[in-house]
Amino acid sequence: MDLNRRRFLTLAATEGAAGAAVATAATIAPGAVAQAQDLRRDPKPLPPDAVGLLYDSTLCIGCRACQAACKEANGMEAEVPARYAAWNAGTWDSPTDLSGDTLTVIQVYQHGTMEEKDSPTDGYAFVKRQCMHCTDASCISVCPVTAMTKDEGTGIVRHHPDRCIGCRYCVLACPFGVPRYEFDDPFGQIQKCELCADVPGQDVPACADVCPTGATLYGHTETLAEEARRRLATRTGEAYAFPRGVLLRAEDGGDPVTDRARHEAPMGPYVEGIYGEHLLGGTQCLMLAGVPFTLLGVPEDVPDTSYASITEGIQHTLYRYMIGPILLLGGLIAFAYRSARQHRPEEWD
Amino acid sequence: MTAPQLAVPLPGPIDDEAIGRLDGYTGALGGLTRREFLKYCTGIAATLGLSPAFGVEIANAATSGQRPSVIWISAQECTGCTEGLLRSYHPTLDTLILDQISLDYHETLCAGAGHQAEAFREQAVEANWGRFLLVVDGAIPVKDGGIYCKIAGEAVLDTVLRLAEGAGAIVAMGSCAAWGGIPASGPNPTEATAVNRVLADKTVVNIPGCPPNPYNFLATVLHFLTFERLPALDARNRPLFAYGRLIHENCERRPHFDAGRFAREFGDEGHRQGWCLYQLGCKGPETWANCPAIGFNDVGESAWPVGIGHPCFGCTEEGVGFTKPIHSLAELKTVTPPTAFPRVVEEQGTLSPAAVGLAAGVVGAGVGAAAVLASRLAKHGPPPDEAPPADES
Repeated sequence: MDLNRRRFLTLAATEGAAGAAVATAATIAPGAVAQAQDLRRDPKPLPPDAVGLLYDSTLCIGCRACQAACKEANGMEAEVPARYAAWNAGTWDSPTDLSGDTLTVIQVYQHGTMEEKDSPTDGYAFVKRQCMHCTDASCISVCPVTAMTKDEGTGIVRHHPDRCIGCRYCVLACPFGVPRYEFDDPFGQIQKCELCADVPGQDVPACADVCPTGATLYGHTETLAEEARRRLATRTGEAYAFPRGVLLRAEDGGDPVTDRARHEAPMGPYVEGIYGEHLLGGTQCLMLAGVPFTLLGVPEDVPDTSYASITEGIQHTLYRYMIGPILLLGGLIAFAYRSARQHRPEEWD
Repeated sequence: MTAPQLAVPLPGPIDDEAIGRLDGYTGALGGLTRREFLKYCTGIAATLGLSPAFGVEIANAATSGQRPSVIWISAQECTGCTEGLLRSYHPTLDTLILDQISLDYHETLCAGAGHQAEAFREQAVEANWGRFLLVVDGAIPVKDGGIYCKIAGEAVLDTVLRLAEGAGAIVAMGSCAAWGGIPASGPNPTEATAVNRVLADKTVVNIPGCPPNPYNFLATVLHFLTFERLPALDARNRPLFAYGRLIHENCERRPHFDAGRFAREFGDEGHRQGWCLYQLGCKGPETWANCPAIGFNDVGESAWPVGIGHPCFGCTEEGVGFTKPIHSLAELKTVTPPTAFPRVVEEQGTLSPAAVGLAAGVVGAGVGAAAVLASRLAKHGPPPDEAPPADES
């Protein structure tokens, strides 16, 4: 038969897709969902010196010192949403969400009359959003050029703009909606919290450094989880000395230490659980709250296994020893050969 | 003007020079010109939250010559409240005590002394029984029958109980009188107690503060004088005009709090920039008073602790002042709902029917155009099997 350009392209598209589908389906077809769990690779362990933040919503007073300090430390510009532009010429930073200029933001859950703090009905509660520094991060898994990396010691999820190709796959992949792209900049980059790892003179991340009540506390993740468990075990209303700024792991096995004056306050009413301790493979940043976490706009109905462990499990099975691609290529060659034989022009014989 | 009936000691001897200075203040309105006096009364009306028109009424009441008798009892106190009152300039204290009230007994300001002063007090109380204004500053010790504070051989507890029977109104001046203040904070060996707890069956107007702003006292007195009743009170019997608002909601540094700018140490960059003092322990977020609005000592705006760079320590608030450590963080009272924060789920607006229609139209047009194009391609494209042999082949 005659093959003009148009027909060639049509055939190539349909048969190529079909071939690929056949090859893929042959590998994972039976009980794909159930097997996805079996294909899951082992979860990644917490790095040895994993650091993070413990955000306690019941301690947060909504002063936004963290937001201001973060912008200052990271050299970010103030944001003025359109609805404030009439009275705010830019002196008042009022971001509504994370963005290319906002690495952390305080948001509020509101209900009814908003009279009582940390009450789901007729109350309000604050939530601080920033990178959770997942133990097994989706953004690292999906990045095609390893522009997202996890520090081997501290476990801080870092972004390397010099490697980044700007595909923004990390933006889509993050279950917490953290990495943001500077869409307003022709040479935009991905921006996300790196716990002030590169900020000179900031041993403690700026947000935890300035937090007046210790609502944002920096420290080793394991130490912070211990502290969180201690708070959950203390009776509501009981006086408690909340550490501020930084909670260090006592190397000699003693109590966790902080060199700052503690904030004495009654223990808040908590909902059960430490957000981030287990979900999605665990995060290095943890959260305690007085209202159910779902009300605070963070994903709660998610598995305890990380998405990356499932997708990587499947992908790495498919591509093990290049078997998948070789099979696919073989199928395509066979298909092409057969097609070519069928449609061989007479003058070739 | 000579000084025949001075109840207030003049600074220095009464010589020609002093009288000469007083002459500068001559006038029927205690040293003020008529214009100044009306301005002062209008200011008092404003302090009370009344229309400026009431200024004239207050002026009339203040000059009507009724001059209510005021008996001022000092218990366990430091005289700070009196010192504060001495530093009021609208009017000056002499205008107040010579022209507006008759301050018949005040241990610090009495001209007389000893038995003479006590006798004058008894005389005044008897003459004005049921009408006089009883002011108490300082806490009252009640342990062992109140023997730990005695004046002229009588326990101040007994004095207050006795005088309260004949008082037209009772004012507890200062934090010690209003809720115990310094003497009542631990260990409190004398069981110092607030006036309203000693006089549980009476209405005691509390003017807390350490010291209270003298204008809160003066405005309360002039309200009583003008309307012959006390101003509206809050749940702790404090005049609402003065103690109805949270300091934090009216503080001149509040915008810094909302923007997250804090002084973190005395003398640091933020402190020098005049940022919010919450992190230094400011108790404004849990203290009700009008300090940011009226200031102290008539030296202009910002003459109050926060204004000069020291955190508020909550002197007007029981359980805060003299109780919480000065540099511990305040508990934030919710007064204004937190509506200035971005919500967890920010509303992004809704689709109007017109927008939906327009979008549907655009999509429809696109689908139609694609269909037409496809059909034309099908018509013009050569069917593969019937295609004419290519010229080149």
